[in-house]
Amino acid sequence: MPFLRKLLPKLSLASTLGLALLLASCASESGGLQSQKIDLIKGRGKLICGVEGKLPGFSFLGSDGAYSGLDVDICKAVAASLLGDPSKVEYRDLNSSERFAALASGEVDLLSRNTTETLTRDAAGGNGLSFAPTTFYDGQGVMVGAGSGVKSLKDLAGKPICVESGTTTELNLADRMRELKAPYTPLKFQTGDQTYAAYLQGRCLAVTSDRSQLAAKRTNFPDPAAHLLLGEVLSKEPLTPATTNADPVWSDAVRWSVYALMQAEELGITKANVAAKLALAKANPNQADLRRFLGVEGDFGKTLGLPADFVVKEIAAVGNYGEIFDRNVGPGSKLKLDRGLNRQWSQGGLIYSPPFR
Amino acid sequence: MAGRLSASPPWWQNRRLVPWLVQGAVGLGILVVIAFLLGNLVRNLSAAGLLLSWRWLGQPASFDIAESLLPFNASEPYWRGLLAGLVNTLRVVGLGLIGATLLGTLVGSASFSSNGLVKRLARIYVEVIRNIPLLLQLVFWYFVVFLALPNGEAAIQLPGIVLSKSGLFLAGFEAGFHWSGPSLVDGVWQGPLRFTPEFGALLTGLVVYTGAFIAEVVRGGIAAVPKGQWEAATSLGLGPLLSLRRIIIPQALRVIVPGLNTQYISLAKNSSLAVACGYSDLYSVAETSLNQTGRAIEVIVILLAAYLAIDLAISLVMNGLNRLVQIKER
Amino acid sequence: MPRVVRSSLRKELFANPIDGLVSVLLISGVGAAGYGLIHWALTQAQWVVIQANSTLFAVGRYPIEQQWRLWLLVALVAAATGLSWGALRGLPQRDRPITAVWPRNDRIAAIVLVALCGWAPAALGLAWPIQARWWALTALLLVLRWLAGRYASRLRKVATLGLPLLWPLLYLVGMVLIGGGLGLVTVGANEWGGLLLTLIEASFAILLSAPLGVVLALGRRSSLPLLRWGSIAYIEFIRGAPLITLLFLGQNILGFLLPGGLAPDRIWRAAWILTFFSAAYLAEAVRAGLAAVPRGQLEAARSLGLNLPQALSRVVLPQALRIALPATVGQFISLLQDTTLLSLIGLLDLLGTARSVMANPLYLGKSAEVYLTLAVLFWCCCAALGLGSRALERRLNPPTLGP
Repeated sequence: MPFLRKLLPKLSLASTLGLALLLASCASESGGLQSQKIDLIKGRGKLICGVEGKLPGFSFLGSDGAYSGLDVDICKAVAASLLGDPSKVEYRDLNSSERFAALASGEVDLLSRNTTETLTRDAAGGNGLSFAPTTFYDGQGVMVGAGSGVKSLKDLAGKPICVESGTTTELNLADRMRELKAPYTPLKFQTGDQTYAAYLQGRCLAVTSDRSQLAAKRTNFPDPAAHLLLGEVLSKEPLTPATTNADPVWSDAVRWSVYALMQAEELGITKANVAAKLALAKANPNQADLRRFLGVEGDFGKTLGLPADFVVKEIAAVGNYGEIFDRNVGPGSKLKLDRGLNRQWSQGGLIYSPPFR
Repeated sequence: MAGRLSASPPWWQNRRLVPWLVQGAVGLGILVVIAFLLGNLVRNLSAAGLLLSWRWLGQPASFDIAESLLPFNASEPYWRGLLAGLVNTLRVVGLGLIGATLLGTLVGSASFSSNGLVKRLARIYVEVIRNIPLLLQLVFWYFVVFLALPNGEAAIQLPGIVLSKSGLFLAGFEAGFHWSGPSLVDGVWQGPLRFTPEFGALLTGLVVYTGAFIAEVVRGGIAAVPKGQWEAATSLGLGPLLSLRRIIIPQALRVIVPGLNTQYISLAKNSSLAVACGYSDLYSVAETSLNQTGRAIEVIVILLAAYLAIDLAISLVMNGLNRLVQIKER
Repeated sequence: MPRVVRSSLRKELFANPIDGLVSVLLISGVGAAGYGLIHWALTQAQWVVIQANSTLFAVGRYPIEQQWRLWLLVALVAAATGLSWGALRGLPQRDRPITAVWPRNDRIAAIVLVALCGWAPAALGLAWPIQARWWALTALLLVLRWLAGRYASRLRKVATLGLPLLWPLLYLVGMVLIGGGLGLVTVGANEWGGLLLTLIEASFAILLSAPLGVVLALGRRSSLPLLRWGSIAYIEFIRGAPLITLLFLGQNILGFLLPGGLAPDRIWRAAWILTFFSAAYLAEAVRAGLAAVPRGQLEAARSLGLNLPQALSRVVLPQALRIALPATVGQFISLLQDTTLLSLIGLLDLLGTARSVMANPLYLGKSAEVYLTLAVLFWCCCAALGLGSRALERRLNPPTLGP
């Protein structure tokens, strides 16, 4: 009897656990993917997306109160794929120091804020993020005044350098200057606009950030020709949208929504021709690849917890990756950045979507 | 009649029981709320893999700090960085206290000047400064005033003093105890004593803002001394300076010291607005550390403890001073 | 009367040689600074940064098609202001007879108001229809002020009952108009910005921190040790921490303290933090007021047979709050100023909007114009609060007993 009494709580615990497991397996058996995050977003009716907000080309709040940019288009694409409507996004301007806390505490669903993917940020023991595919391969650069006589990083020894605090840029700068054994003065600011304001007002001899960001900001300087980018690239900066580790289903949905943009470019599907391609796929049972990709057959969407036609919705909303790039930072924009590393793999770039199978 | 009087009142009117019941209910409520919050905290933190740990403090910070009295570089651990930030905070708070007290006393006593213009200007200064947010004043000082200073050879130069965009340079003793002034070395000013514009803007902002409040405290203190005291002192044949020192100030201090305590503490706390003008104080270093490590709880605990300690230190000193002033009165 | 002017000038500025010297130095210094400022403001400053972004500064990203709701709200506030102003003047007071419908101060205020509404919209380069709206609003305010001043004494009952109800009601209506609901399209807190957000945050925190502060002050003076020590711990903790660390706590840690999705939006999170912050300071102001009420008042009230809540609310608190009024309003003013800290946690309040406007390269280097405008705006709001508090203080002070 005493033995049984001792055992009873354990037994009841075990049976409860067993029951719970059984129920859980039933739930997954019945096909409904369990994702609290996706349910939450659907229930709310909009995606909350963390962006920079003040970076032309990536995310910028215009005078008309509308956001635009590459990072913003990623938010729109994900909203289109999950909710079917690219306008169902609420943007949150986050500065670099608050972005991870905002993601971790669930304040934003998706962080699309020119964030560099790194080991610490990805690792469960670090910031615990889950990174989607890189949407912009960048490198850290340094911008100086054309007349300053600075030719390389070494010339900046003992000089003040403006940098945004809480960024990988800040850490890379510290590393590089330490390697060069060059003491320097890092002037740190909480936000990008303050950083550039201090640089333009001549407080720093140089400003350092991602090269794309420097180029983007420079286009808007009163005299862009008076500033030049040093040839040195301080680091690799793969700018990548991120979600938290907490909900793998949601992370996968975001990941493949982004891959779909890249795959669409590879397949030649654009915003303009997506409807025609869909009609073609529907009419032609032999186009198996296209049919699967556009959700005419198979259940890619369901596997991810997304609607079956998520790719069509996305492309119809924002176009494929190439279109997004051109429109925001490429030839179609003021920035006129070269595709460079961000070309498709077939053209020697790094943009490579795994197969949709 | 007697029966009714002796009958004990119902329990909800019991003078002893009710307070304890109220306290018990409140205490229980607080405990439940705290338990609920802590439970969530532990659950959420462990889900994010961020359970409380202080080991990160010993790891290399890998960021630099622009200026610090405590030598610091990126290979040193976080705790050294936070300490350097604390020293920077103490530096600006210490100088700020002195500056604000001087300015406040000057302006506060100026309200009793016989010169109408001086009186009005003191009033205007107080009314203008107190009604504009400090943060706005700080960004104004930094971006509009300090960053608009000329640089290089165009800098404002006085004997032994150079004021330029890269800071304020003063003459002083250099290594080997030889007196030297600021000098221009390849277009960059150098000098024995240097204050950066970030520090300058923060210090100026804090001094000007707190000075206005201290001026009010000082004015109130002097006004609290009855007019008769002045007249009595004069009729005793004391000159204005002597009567001020011997009669008025000791009495005014009684009122002024507690008011100063509040203003000093608020200056110390307001120094955390340094982030707005790029000065690396404790808050700014802590924010960077949080960003690199994701340790929100630990960082906030350190911050709160540090500011509480500073406040406590100021309060202790001021309470001691207060006691001194009060005893003198007897 | 040039002689009077001359003699008073001499007495004020040139009473003795030192005073004279100081005066001359100050006059030249102030004159030069004033000339420099005016010269800059009129010739060098480019106020286009304010003109082009006036909507952004006023309401942030509030949807254009819904902005009529804000106009309606402003009209209601103007009407309520006119009514209250007129009624306060028109109702007979205990110690003062009714004076003219437009006393001198009121005439000055009205003239300033008219001048401001003629100048400001034009200076901002607003479109004609919008300028006309501001004129209409001012006219509405002044007409209602006149009507209420004229007829308040006849409708005394309605006025005395209605006035205290008017503003809380208006606040509720205002929140519905701003946020939506009750058939209006919802405009999320995330889309509020600029002055609108600043005022919402400040008014929310002021309204809620006032009762909380009173409770804390009573708790701190309570004889029950748990209540007393709890209140002391709370007050001292909050007063010991800089607001920015508390806001930081709210933004970074509140999400961890509450179950997922339950944490309020960060706009409201900041509003709550401001409320809790301000309550601790208010508690100290109220405590000072309570301490100034003689103990005998409470004892007398109790001995008259009032129970504790009654004695507190009928006898002690009214006196304490009246004494604490200046300190309380001082705290409200600093709360309004503290809302600028929201820009440090990434909210687009007035200062946050200013910073994001200046990130727009078109307006680079225009910080002096923007910061000065903001400073003037804040100064006017804070000074108005201070003036209002002094007027209220005068009105609330019990008439001194005659000999």
